[in-house]
Amino acid sequence: MSGFSQVVRGQAVERPPYPRSPLRYGFIPILMFAHGCAGIQSTLEPTGAEARQIATLFWVMVIGGSVVWLAVIGTLLYAARWKGEPHSAQSAGRLILWGGAIFPAVVLMALLAYALWLMPSLRPQSGEPPSAPLRIEVTGEQFWWRVSYRSKNHEASIASANEIRLPLGQRVEFVLKSSDVIHSFWIPSLGGKMDMIPGRTNRLSLLATKVGIFRGPCAEYCGTSHTLMAFYAMVMDPAAFDIWLEAQSQPSEELASDGKLRFISNGCGSCHTVHGTEATGTLGPDLTHLGSRESLAAGILPNTEEAIRRFIADPDVIKPGSKMPAFRMLPEDDLQAIASYLKGLK
Amino acid sequence: MTQFADRMTRKEAKAQEERLRKVWADPSGWRYWTSVNNYQIGLWYAATAFAFMLFAGVLALMVRVQLAVPDNDFLSADLFNQAFTLHGTVMMFLFAVPIFEAVAIFLLPPMLGARELPFPRLSAFGFWSFLLGGIFVCGSIFFNAAPSSGWFMYPPLATDKEFSGIGADIWLLGLSFIEIASIAAAVELIVGILKCRAPGMRINMMPLFAWYLLVVAGMILFAFPPLIAGDILFELERMFDWPFFNPERGGDPILWQHLFWIFGHPEVYIIFLPAIALMAMIVPTFSQRPVVGYSWIVLAAVGTGFLSFGLWVHHMFTTGLPQISLAFFSAASEAVAIPTGVQIFVFIATMLAGRVIFSVPMLFGAGGLAIFVMGGLTGVMVALAPFDWQAHDTYFVVAHLHYVLIGGMLFPVIAGLYYYYPLINARMLSDRAGKLAFWLMFIGFNVAFFPMHLSGLRGMPRRVFTYPPEVGWDWLNLISTIGAFILASGILVIVVDVLRPKHREPEGESNPWNAGTLEWISEPKENWGVRSIPIIESRYPLWDQPNLMRDINKGRFYLPDAEEGRREGLVTSVLDAQPIQVLRVAGTAYVPIISAFFLGGAFVALTFHWWIATIVSAVGAFAAIVYWLWTGTAELPEKPQKHIGLGVTLPLYVSGPSSTGWWAMFITMIGDGTAFASLIFGYFFYWTIHEDFTAGSKGPGAQWPMIGFGLFAAAWIAMIYARRLNGRGFVLAMRACLMLAALLTICGSLAAVAGPLAYGMDPKSHVYPAIVWVLVLWTAVHAVLGLVMQVYCLARSLVGRLTAQHDVDLQNVVLYWHFLFVTALITFAVIGLFPRML
Repeated sequence: MSGFSQVVRGQAVERPPYPRSPLRYGFIPILMFAHGCAGIQSTLEPTGAEARQIATLFWVMVIGGSVVWLAVIGTLLYAARWKGEPHSAQSAGRLILWGGAIFPAVVLMALLAYALWLMPSLRPQSGEPPSAPLRIEVTGEQFWWRVSYRSKNHEASIASANEIRLPLGQRVEFVLKSSDVIHSFWIPSLGGKMDMIPGRTNRLSLLATKVGIFRGPCAEYCGTSHTLMAFYAMVMDPAAFDIWLEAQSQPSEELASDGKLRFISNGCGSCHTVHGTEATGTLGPDLTHLGSRESLAAGILPNTEEAIRRFIADPDVIKPGSKMPAFRMLPEDDLQAIASYLKGLK
Repeated sequence: MTQFADRMTRKEAKAQEERLRKVWADPSGWRYWTSVNNYQIGLWYAATAFAFMLFAGVLALMVRVQLAVPDNDFLSADLFNQAFTLHGTVMMFLFAVPIFEAVAIFLLPPMLGARELPFPRLSAFGFWSFLLGGIFVCGSIFFNAAPSSGWFMYPPLATDKEFSGIGADIWLLGLSFIEIASIAAAVELIVGILKCRAPGMRINMMPLFAWYLLVVAGMILFAFPPLIAGDILFELERMFDWPFFNPERGGDPILWQHLFWIFGHPEVYIIFLPAIALMAMIVPTFSQRPVVGYSWIVLAAVGTGFLSFGLWVHHMFTTGLPQISLAFFSAASEAVAIPTGVQIFVFIATMLAGRVIFSVPMLFGAGGLAIFVMGGLTGVMVALAPFDWQAHDTYFVVAHLHYVLIGGMLFPVIAGLYYYYPLINARMLSDRAGKLAFWLMFIGFNVAFFPMHLSGLRGMPRRVFTYPPEVGWDWLNLISTIGAFILASGILVIVVDVLRPKHREPEGESNPWNAGTLEWISEPKENWGVRSIPIIESRYPLWDQPNLMRDINKGRFYLPDAEEGRREGLVTSVLDAQPIQVLRVAGTAYVPIISAFFLGGAFVALTFHWWIATIVSAVGAFAAIVYWLWTGTAELPEKPQKHIGLGVTLPLYVSGPSSTGWWAMFITMIGDGTAFASLIFGYFFYWTIHEDFTAGSKGPGAQWPMIGFGLFAAAWIAMIYARRLNGRGFVLAMRACLMLAALLTICGSLAAVAGPLAYGMDPKSHVYPAIVWVLVLWTAVHAVLGLVMQVYCLARSLVGRLTAQHDVDLQNVVLYWHFLFVTALITFAVIGLFPRML
């Protein structure tokens, strides 16, 4: 099969080794088992206020739609198979009036009223002063998420990447931006999506109603590896969330390792930040607490030393079109030491 | 004695028929391809569109194979992105729209009782442009250079040269070229439907197909120009770095989304309405009675056309627009379901009031309806903003749009193919193959697309090249892939049925379904459309006018002969279809092919930035088109009038609003004006999104725009005077007036450019100077065309082809100038006055 694709491309290309690797995605069942949740990305198993209301709207429409479909097809079959005396043009004309115009007009009016009534409560008007005590700014980048928390309890904003944690039962305001192309921020279990558009700032507020781990994909086609841009959203108990956020605001425990030196000497710090070290680059994701995150490379790899090592060596293979240069020329020792250092940043 | 007279007439009739046949005959051998006859071109057009459909279908199968199992590596990410982009692009631009232009130019002449549509060379030009542009766009994937930014081409992804490479240029330029062909077809169809109906076929007697095509051609005229305007801005950004969509320099990617969807949503109805039009021909035939609710369905079609322009924002519900806009566009999107419902119930009512004969076309029609209604209901769902926030850009929408397009378009088209095939070949397609194909397609379609609703609701986004095994999408996708192959096998059955040799089968009778409309008098072996042009008194003349077919085929109506060896048709009045002119239409010619190839060459060369080749091709196209106009239009007839039979004599030359050329100019300029309006929309859009739209930069001043406007106004007045003087026979004064107008046009164009030049506006620096330059250049380019027209009229006058009685050229050029004057007025007012007034 890959032979076919090489012929069409007109040149032999190196196939990414990852798709067959059990490593990739292999950790998801473990997560699901751990959290006892079957649909981590489903709109039909809502765990947020907005998603729940929309799911109800959906089921109402499914029932109504099925009745309408059966009625129309029933009438059609009746008309096609009726073998008796043809109906008069006048009575057939009445069918057009009632079936084609009046009935849909009434039903649609009712449905529209229901949906428009929902809208203001689902999404408070943007432009109002932020009422939420917690604001999370998420910036879409090809192909990862820059995350920054702003809470009443903290002076400065707290940088993170590719993972979002939010407290149960509190309305959280998301400030959504993009630095390159259009992306779209979406956590299906919690609510609808909102685009991240360069030059614009969009707002979205979500209220989680259940503790758990949910997955969010990028929902607007954003280039070669659009598929490989996702994140995990963790809904936590508010107390646990506060502890976690406090820890995030501090540098990771200093792990004076050989890996740190190699991380710095190979220039990783010109793109990545690790608080408390010389690494202060902002082009790539903040790595201060990389080791404590659930996943790697925007939701596509399990967070293991081996996966970190592979991603440093072959980011262009694992994630085609990624901006990170490949470091497969580094000695194996360096790769291993850096991976181990990063995994240790809890 | 009477016997002798009879024999004479029969002999005479035979000679008439021979002359007519010879005049309309296609050239033989390889010259067949230079044939200019809507009947032939319609067939080529349809066959080409079907071929592109099969190509795009293969791309879809590749996409489905890739998604059949999780973590698949059948296609690379990049090739997958090219495949889905090209699949959408080809299905929309190279199949769904062109197939209807094809069917329309094939069916309309006999259906309207016309010999030919008014501009057959334009149809030929459109076909060759379509073929060339289509091959260019499709071929790109074999060089790994196909567009990969999605068929919607959102910037900044698609303006990013590193990501989108040459593919985006191929999309923009290749499709712009095809859009021009579409607009050409729209002009042909509108003028044909309004001006070339058989005498007596008043507008409220037109077959429903003609009504629908009139609505659709009108929609093309207003829907495609915003996309062309968007394409222009897009290419200027890609080629010259003018920052229309770049927020760092004042641009905004959202403007493209507006322009694209102002085109893109009506596009859905441009595809859907002609399919309903086919059903509107098929259902009455198989119910053996006239349609119930003729005015209902016509009003519903017109209403759908209008409403479809007010829905585009429902493609942008997640871009963060104010809730009040979302509410308005949700309501408008729901409203369009009502005229759609009316159209469906018109068919059901017609069946109820008649005696239904079930057949393959009805099978496809009914199956299509069942699918389409489901797509309509999911459409009602996604039209509601809250549900769309969840469903947008997921497989739920993929399912919805395929239910709408395959149920609302592909199934009716296949129904139309089985219904109208006897008009192509005088034989029927196989009933058994048709039923087999139907069940394969119907079952395959539902197996493929129904599960996608669920995968979308389970959070599967669109345009992903793979997915992890554990999110619960794997079995759904596997089922979809199996269904896609069943659907494809059904289509394969149809392809085999169409292509299998049938020359051994006996020819069937004409009008095998006992239909009531006029297209069934056409015989596949004759090229003339109708043997003689009848007088029509009914909506279903073959049912209501006894002996009509016999009388037509015996040449007992108008224009049964071709005494002068010319192809001729009738021009009638718009509402009442009173005959007003004998129109001589073109036959076999090279010039449409040559023009299309030069113009296509210019677009292809521009894609690769081969500037010299671009200029050479553009000059070649210009020369070919001028040659075409000079030798083939506004021809002076050898006699002023002609007897057309039944005691009627008509002029051979008319000008102004009664001529077809005037209408073509008028309609073209409506489309042109829409593109211009889209650019003006862009200007005010930028104004509204910025605190200070000019970003502190200087505008073009007020004096140059005002001077420019004065010069254009003077040129326009000079043109009106030239026409008046010509009408009174003052030839020299008319020429002087034309020369004065040409001089004023040159000065006006220079003044237009002088403003932004004098104030040093750099279009690369910010969106404000860029949009001012675009408006100025738009006006200047139109002025140059106006200048060419003035010179053309002058030359025609000098060689005696433009006289007081024969003034078609001047009439049409003055009409162009009315539009140019309005364009100049708006441009100079907007750039000269508006930013400083606030």
